[in-house]
Amino acid sequence: MTALIALFWRDLRRAWGSGALWLPVMFFLLVATAFPFAVGPDAPLLRRAGGGMVWVAALLAALLPIDRLVRPDREAGVLDQLAVRGFADELIAAVKIAAHAAGFGLPLMIALFPASALLAQDAERVGLLATGIAIAIPALASLAVLSASLTANHKGGSAIGGLLVLPLAVPMLIFGAGMLDPSGRGAIKLLAAVSLLLTVIGPFAAGAAMRGLRE
Amino acid sequence: MSAPPRAGGVAELLLLDDVACIRGDRLLFEGLSLTLDRGDALWLRGPNGAGKSSLIRLAAGLLGAAAGTVERRERVALIDEASALDTELPLRRALDFWARVDTVDGHAVDRAMDDMALTPLADVPVAMLSTGQRKRAGMVRVIASGAPIWLLDEPANGMDDAAQARLIAAIAKHRANGGAVLLASHFALGIPDLAELDMGALA
Repeated sequence: MTALIALFWRDLRRAWGSGALWLPVMFFLLVATAFPFAVGPDAPLLRRAGGGMVWVAALLAALLPIDRLVRPDREAGVLDQLAVRGFADELIAAVKIAAHAAGFGLPLMIALFPASALLAQDAERVGLLATGIAIAIPALASLAVLSASLTANHKGGSAIGGLLVLPLAVPMLIFGAGMLDPSGRGAIKLLAAVSLLLTVIGPFAAGAAMRGLRE
Repeated sequence: MSAPPRAGGVAELLLLDDVACIRGDRLLFEGLSLTLDRGDALWLRGPNGAGKSSLIRLAAGLLGAAAGTVERRERVALIDEASALDTELPLRRALDFWARVDTVDGHAVDRAMDDMALTPLADVPVAMLSTGQRKRAGMVRVIASGAPIWLLDEPANGMDDAAQARLIAAIAKHRANGGAVLLASHFALGIPDLAELDMGALA
């Protein structure tokens, strides 16, 4: 247990070191700032489309750092050293998912509020966005670690990694943006179900991919 | 071919039985059996590509054997070409991470750093260390882990004469304490009482 906590803090420290804490925040605010310029000064249209934009930006923010989630650990021999000590790959993957969820999820939740304001979201929609994204963060982290494990053998794998997990992320986008619509509030349950499923599958799939890296 | 098995058999730490290893399409070796008892050290020698590193990784459980069985009866410490230390951290903090993973206290790291003469470099970032110094840092992790089975893959690469002498002393101390060492090296290190396995002759 001490070992897993040490691993969690190490991943978090590496995620937040060198100012990377602000990367998802910056990215998020960049999208929220640029989008109104592209759509034009039509507040109702911005309000309708902005919620979905927040979801797309959240997905991309989760996938932003997949290059440094697994590959550096593989190249430095950290994964080998952990395997020699008998830690299951699934456990390592689960710790990495938890650390990534905390590492990008917390700044993301904070950035959500200024981003929503820039996209003309009212208080009710901001609440729904915050709830939905909080539900989705473990699943987004799960997908990021999964694609990072699958592409750890390829330089520049992050581009492929995004393509790999996009189909898995689509249901979250549909339900997450769908629950913003007054007629689609029930989508929150579907969002929670999809998020739970991806969160549970993530450690096993990513663990299997990490095991494959050794062969 | 194999290290001579000793009577009793209770002291056996690492057992490989009729093991074969295939990398890609190439059969590196087959029918390899060896046993490491407490206090044993076995030198895997041979040219590049003979399968020394593969055998080490196989013994560590990082590679699956194509045939045969590998049994480890105790904890294992491994050193290979990757240092597995966070390059942005000072050496001591990078080693402390592994001490926490191995749940050993700071004194074990202190003593091991002393053994490898790294105490003066405790505050130097790992990125600034030379190849030989990183190898010594890797040995500190192996020593501090307290694992009875040491798997050392080219541990002396980049080490100067003084560091090699410290490595040899550390191996002798480990064996005296009942540990076993499997050592892959393409050159002789001058370790006394060392069994040999010529991997080049297996192919």
